[in-house]
Amino acid sequence: MSSKMQSSNNIAQARRTVQQLRLEANIERIKVSKASADLMHYCSEHAKYDPLLMGIPASENPFKDKKPCTIL
Amino acid sequence: MKKEAEALKTQIEAARKAACDTDMASAASGVAPAPRVQLKTRRTLKGHLAKIYAMHWSTDNKLMVSASQDGKLLIWDSHSGNKVNAVPLKSSWVMTCAYAPSGNLVASGGLDNMCTVYNLKTPVIKTVKELDAHTGYLSCARFLSDTEILTSSGDTTCALWDLETGKQKTVFLNHVGDCMCLALSPDMNSFVSGACDSLAKLWDIRDGQCKQTFQGHTSDINAISFYPSGNAIITGSDDCTCKMYDLRADQEVIGYQDAALNSGVTSLALSVSGRLVFAGYDDFNCNIWDSLKGEKVGVLSGHDNRVSCTGVPVDGMCVCTGSWDSFLKIWN
Repeated sequence: MSSKMQSSNNIAQARRTVQQLRLEANIERIKVSKASADLMHYCSEHAKYDPLLMGIPASENPFKDKKPCTIL
Repeated sequence: MKKEAEALKTQIEAARKAACDTDMASAASGVAPAPRVQLKTRRTLKGHLAKIYAMHWSTDNKLMVSASQDGKLLIWDSHSGNKVNAVPLKSSWVMTCAYAPSGNLVASGGLDNMCTVYNLKTPVIKTVKELDAHTGYLSCARFLSDTEILTSSGDTTCALWDLETGKQKTVFLNHVGDCMCLALSPDMNSFVSGACDSLAKLWDIRDGQCKQTFQGHTSDINAISFYPSGNAIITGSDDCTCKMYDLRADQEVIGYQDAALNSGVTSLALSVSGRLVFAGYDDFNCNIWDSLKGEKVGVLSGHDNRVSCTGVPVDGMCVCTGSWDSFLKIWN
């Protein structure tokens, strides 16, 4: 590749980088305190539906070890 | 233009700092601690003959697919512990597998650079498509539906494929290192990718644009997941830490690390409320973190080699770990 082509590729690359950074710089950001509050709220709202957090009663556990049946 | 790039980077950092009025751990200091989580192994699934590299739950909460370098995909009924199907792979160097939400299809891929899609519902399991366009290994695949699949590759790109034509609809370009993992947002409009450039990126599926970039890790990001609310992501890295990034604050809000831990994170999965993070490590364990407080609340020990994959089904009733020891374990 001639050095002219190489430098125009580098310029194209640099242009893309700047465009991407512009896009990312212009987004709206909320405060971490608000973001954290929302995440905490979601967790507490859904905690009661979280079997791994709440524990699973044996009668409702599809993975509970099945006791061997004896036929009398 | 270099100056402009630097100026923009400084601008982004300043904007993030301005939004950073606290951190999650401080904000969550008033939250009751998560209970000590002690899970038991309920099933040990034996059948693979070599290292397991990936697993994925079906949306029916019962079936799951696992991929091993023994050259097979195995479909398991997790309740009975029985194997339901075995799919022989053309290439045994598999790195990922995925179950379609419909349950009709599974996919695999790896060092063959291809994503192969199989139909489980035909009388004999058939290969329905070989998606061939990546120039690097396939690290992860996730179905959006029976007609679309997302892939991430060692060629540094991610791609959205049309399964009817077998062609790429959109290519996501921006990472400068191998893409190692991807996760779909709950609303299916976006996805995040983690790469060896130590960055996580958020992409819009439809317009192909990278919307946000998250820094902080100091090594390859091997695992990534969306928080169930869709507003945050969790990443796991070779730098031995996991991090939570909030999408709307555009920054890291908490890290999960321990000075005693010096093994890389290979995989992660969240419980349904998002409170518990199950992270698999190179040191053969899966550590359980309280996502809000950043404290370790439990550990799953039982594998005799690296934990390579973890997954929680949609109903959250258990967590599955897969390992290089060739076994999968189901815990709850």
